[in-house]
Amino acid sequence: MTGLAELFQSQLVQTVLIGAALLGVVSGVLGSFAVLRRQSLMGDTLSHAALPGVCLGFLLAGGRDLGSILAGAFLTGALAALAVVLITRTTRLKTDAALGIALSVFFALGVVLLTLVQARGGAGQMGLSTFLFGQAAAILRSDLWVMAGVTAAALALVAAFWKEFKLVSFDPDFARVQGLPVLVLEIALTVMVAMAIVVGLQMVGVVLMVAMLIAPAAAARQWVRSLGAMVLLSAAFGAFSGMAGALISAQARGLATGPVVVLVASALVLLSLLLAPGRGLIWQALRARHDAQRLRGERVLLTLHGLGAAHGDPAYPSEAGMIDAFHGVTSRRALARLQARGLVRAVRHPPEETPHWELTDSGRDAARAALRRTGGDVEGRAR
Amino acid sequence: MPQGAGTDGLHEPQFALHVEDLTVSYHTNPVLWDIDLDIPPGVLAAVVGPNGAGKSTLIKAALGLVRPVAGHVRYFGQGYAAARRRIGYVPQRSSVDWDFPTDALDVVTMGLYGKLGWFRRPGRAARARALAALADVGMQDYAARQISQLSGGQQQRVFIARALVQDADIYFLDEPLAGVDATTERTIMALLRRLRDAGKTVIVVHHDLSTVRRYFDWLVMLNVRIIAQGPVSEVYTAENLRRTYGGQVALIEDLPPAPGAEGPTAEGGQDGPR
Ligand SMILES: Nc1ncnc2c1ncn2[C@@H]1O[C@H](COP(=O)(O)OP(=O)(O)OP(=O)(O)O)[C@@H](O)[C@H]1O
Ligand SMILES: [Mg+2]
Repeated sequence: MTGLAELFQSQLVQTVLIGAALLGVVSGVLGSFAVLRRQSLMGDTLSHAALPGVCLGFLLAGGRDLGSILAGAFLTGALAALAVVLITRTTRLKTDAALGIALSVFFALGVVLLTLVQARGGAGQMGLSTFLFGQAAAILRSDLWVMAGVTAAALALVAAFWKEFKLVSFDPDFARVQGLPVLVLEIALTVMVAMAIVVGLQMVGVVLMVAMLIAPAAAARQWVRSLGAMVLLSAAFGAFSGMAGALISAQARGLATGPVVVLVASALVLLSLLLAPGRGLIWQALRARHDAQRLRGERVLLTLHGLGAAHGDPAYPSEAGMIDAFHGVTSRRALARLQARGLVRAVRHPPEETPHWELTDSGRDAARAALRRTGGDVEGRAR
Repeated sequence: MPQGAGTDGLHEPQFALHVEDLTVSYHTNPVLWDIDLDIPPGVLAAVVGPNGAGKSTLIKAALGLVRPVAGHVRYFGQGYAAARRRIGYVPQRSSVDWDFPTDALDVVTMGLYGKLGWFRRPGRAARARALAALADVGMQDYAARQISQLSGGQQQRVFIARALVQDADIYFLDEPLAGVDATTERTIMALLRRLRDAGKTVIVVHHDLSTVRRYFDWLVMLNVRIIAQGPVSEVYTAENLRRTYGGQVALIEDLPPAPGAEGPTAEGGQDGPR
């Protein structure tokens, strides 16, 4: 415990945690829009395309100067985005193919440049390879100002143009018909994503940065009913995975931060996919089972009712085997559930020894109600 | 685009929609070819034609969503930008992601974003108008429902409500009756008739030829070119149907009575149907 307390007091750890939280918030917020606009692949391309820019910035500045590195990253990212637009405009290739091409070409270029830089040796090269998979510990206190600035700017823009961004994400054609400058708004969203990627590069790395955009948003989508809630929850998920990942990787020497952050975020996605009320798989499975049980019970009820009607005796005690035969499967559990709800009761019907069941008064009411609901289709009820 | 003609000067103001020489092509294939179209105000008009005839493209070009290679469009004599506030739009239902995290009321409120202007959030008045529009389409009980949990016909009605709050003078609807049940179809058509009776111009892409004569009073037949346009009673002829649909016309039951004087009523913007 004292270890943990000390850990939090260390300047380095504080810096890392604040940086991770800022990155998580900004990528969680912007990632929500990217995911809803189906722009995830664009995020991936932008982040991979940042690598050659990182190397160029390093080469030109002659060392690890964050300003020039980020400027370089932003520049090559923008070039990649431009390449995608040009490819889709001038050829018949679809957007996903164009994105894939831009991603691989720019990333390949980045890897070649990275090798060149490392071959030249020098103290600075260490800092550079962390841009591949991220190293939270490499963050400096002064870097926090850049991250905080980008985060604040992005949040302010999203708040100011909230309804416009929402409409552009949901229905861009309708936005244009209403006179909104859709192209400008879309470019603004993409540029903000690029900014978030650039500030996240050091911490998470170009290879996995896109997961910081997608995973928190995808997890958040499972739980919410409005865009506002999605953006808030996604920011919280992003901050949590960023901080948890940074802490864990700071504990284990040499463990890159990016993969740990991504694993934490993916765990959140998995949990959300399984558990979220309404949309989660487990929740849906439970509901489906519940529905199936209710339906089965209703059919057994109707069978008893129908047999009673056929014998001119609403309380006619039906033999359990007969009900089973009618349904083709054993109805013992369905009958037990109906009994628990007080709709049927077990009776003896001498001289026969086998179990018999009859409807209670409330069972008869329930059966009639069900009949009315299904349109009084007495004969076609069970198959 | 005929520039000038006076930026204020109205061009063909007697028509709610005036389209001249409009040509649209995707890549190099022309999808709409030399369209001349005039729709007078106050009609309920159907645009019909086979799949791929360019019906959706015609609407999108009129709304400035696709750029034509030639031609111009006027609303009540004004250019698109000037008339924007007078135009309502119901896109094809499949054009958006219905899994977007929002509810019916919020979607309808989106119809007011353009009028609200920058930096202003929809307030109580906007909410009330959106609720009233939902009630107009019989969806008031679904205001808080997630849009992903609406049926196809309900989604369609939400879209129509969103156009209603735009409070436009001319409405474009792209296949509003596609995939809706008979009851919803009656609700929607009654609503569109009410709009028409209130003096609005309603232009509907329609795919069910058997109801054209019952539902509409103006008809545009389209197959890359304009085949015919005018009041339904004059334009809905076997000859025009054949020219629009080719051989498939045999499938249509509600063929008009054998036209005595056919004269394939083309290109006639007979004014004032009513
Ligand atoms: N974005 C696009 N890029 C290329 N071609 C397109 C595009 N949109 C439509 N087309 C083509 O333009 C033609 C007209 O399409 P449009 O959607 O306007 O037809 P439509 O009359 O609305 O058809 P439908 O009855 O199927 O809705 C079609 O041949 C279609 O393939
Ligand atoms: Mg269409």
